Amino acid sequence: MSRRRVVVTGLGILSPVGLSVKESWDNILAGKSGIETITTFDTSSFSSRFGGAVKGFEVDQYIPRRDVKKMDPFIHYGIAAGCQAVEDSGISVETSNPERIGVAIGSGIGGISSIEKGYASFLKGGPKKISPFFVPQSIINMISGNLSIKYGFQGPNIAIVTACTTGTHNIGESMRIIAYGDADVMIAGGAEMATTPTGLGGFAAARALSTRNDDPQHASRPWDRDRDGFVLGDGAGVVVLEEYEHAKKRGAKIYAELIGFGMSGDAFHMTQPPAGGEGAARCMRNSFDDAGIDATAIDYINAHGTSTPAGDIAETKAIKSALGAHATKVAISSTKSMIGHLLGAAGGVEAVFSVLSIRDQVAPPTINIENQDPECDLDFVPNTAREMKIDVAASNSFGFGGTNGTLVFKKL
Amino acid sequence: MSSKDIEQRVKEIVVETLGVKEEDVKNESSFIDDLGADSLETVELVMSLEEAFDCEIPDEVSDEIKTVQQVIDYIKQNVETG
Repeated sequence: MSRRRVVVTGLGILSPVGLSVKESWDNILAGKSGIETITTFDTSSFSSRFGGAVKGFEVDQYIPRRDVKKMDPFIHYGIAAGCQAVEDSGISVETSNPERIGVAIGSGIGGISSIEKGYASFLKGGPKKISPFFVPQSIINMISGNLSIKYGFQGPNIAIVTACTTGTHNIGESMRIIAYGDADVMIAGGAEMATTPTGLGGFAAARALSTRNDDPQHASRPWDRDRDGFVLGDGAGVVVLEEYEHAKKRGAKIYAELIGFGMSGDAFHMTQPPAGGEGAARCMRNSFDDAGIDATAIDYINAHGTSTPAGDIAETKAIKSALGAHATKVAISSTKSMIGHLLGAAGGVEAVFSVLSIRDQVAPPTINIENQDPECDLDFVPNTAREMKIDVAASNSFGFGGTNGTLVFKKL
Repeated sequence: MSSKDIEQRVKEIVVETLGVKEEDVKNESSFIDDLGADSLETVELVMSLEEAFDCEIPDEVSDEIKTVQQVIDYIKQNVETG
């Protein structure tokens, strides 16, 4: 029996380069950086003092004033991107069966800002000073929960948490949920707001972050010789996935088909990938097998490409391993060069960018490649977007714990 | 703090904490039935009142307080408001 096909019918983004899909995508194609010195708290004692903040966001556009303080900023971001995607798709409980619409939006870190504040209240005044909203404002599945309440979506309600692969895994598993028949529509993706004192300090302590404090806009430089770590970014990326016949029947606008999803585990180290990128390669291969395509069908890869010294080499090797001779023919870019690493939201926004690359037949650039690392010797679409034929685009995400995910989208 | 000031301050805190309109907060308003508060919001409201009036409202009291007037009465009777 052939499996139910899954298409993308809605997109939503909040990113360091825009508060909407259009604004973000326009800036990405223009190669604009959204990285700036962090001003929301005193960073003077931090080794890394910059990040990709969401700028000019008006939360009451999406959430009633009364409810805003019951949610961490990562939830605000997830709901905003979720609302955009839902509106874009035109899906509603009036015209579709609410029991067949689900939500799967996760986060890598979750409500770290609220956890910091809650603990500060405890230290100051003891347990009686902990807010009754402390738990529901901090926990990761509350984007899915709150979005379902807002719209009345009564289908599967989950939030997968897999560090920097979160967004990709939520979208991939949502595809499975629809293909298997548990839902007809899934709102899926990820959100993050971890540029807080312990978030920034924690990644800095792990020596994961760039320390190019004198030049933040050039700090995220995947595959460049002088890269020195990733840049923390905030935001959210959400897609509406829909069973193909369901989408056709209601005359929905279809961006692309999600034809493949692959996963794997490195089984190697808490934070480092194996030098050869074996886990990442397995994951890509699994996604191609799932899609029923040969690796030569891939036109564009939105890479994980975080700008860490080890990660970028491992991904280069993984792409060569999974694509063979075709690796040199495929266009690869890291949009993280412009927005930084959105952790649990990365897979969400990058899925949106991959879908848009198919819609507009253009590969976004990797900015800040000044001296390409000879060990990273593939076509990374340096510095300028490229108009090209894109029928099939893959999106990679790899996370702490050695957790990998790849999505494959196809032009319909 | 005068009786009038206490009443005013209590209402301000209700408006701030529950995010309701000032004109909707009347002395006889019930937090749950009239102002739409849920169980978490009523806990938060008690915490805000404790903070504002620098007092501790025991759980057995806060469980019984249902209206704006009951809060005003409690503060007047039990809290030294200078």
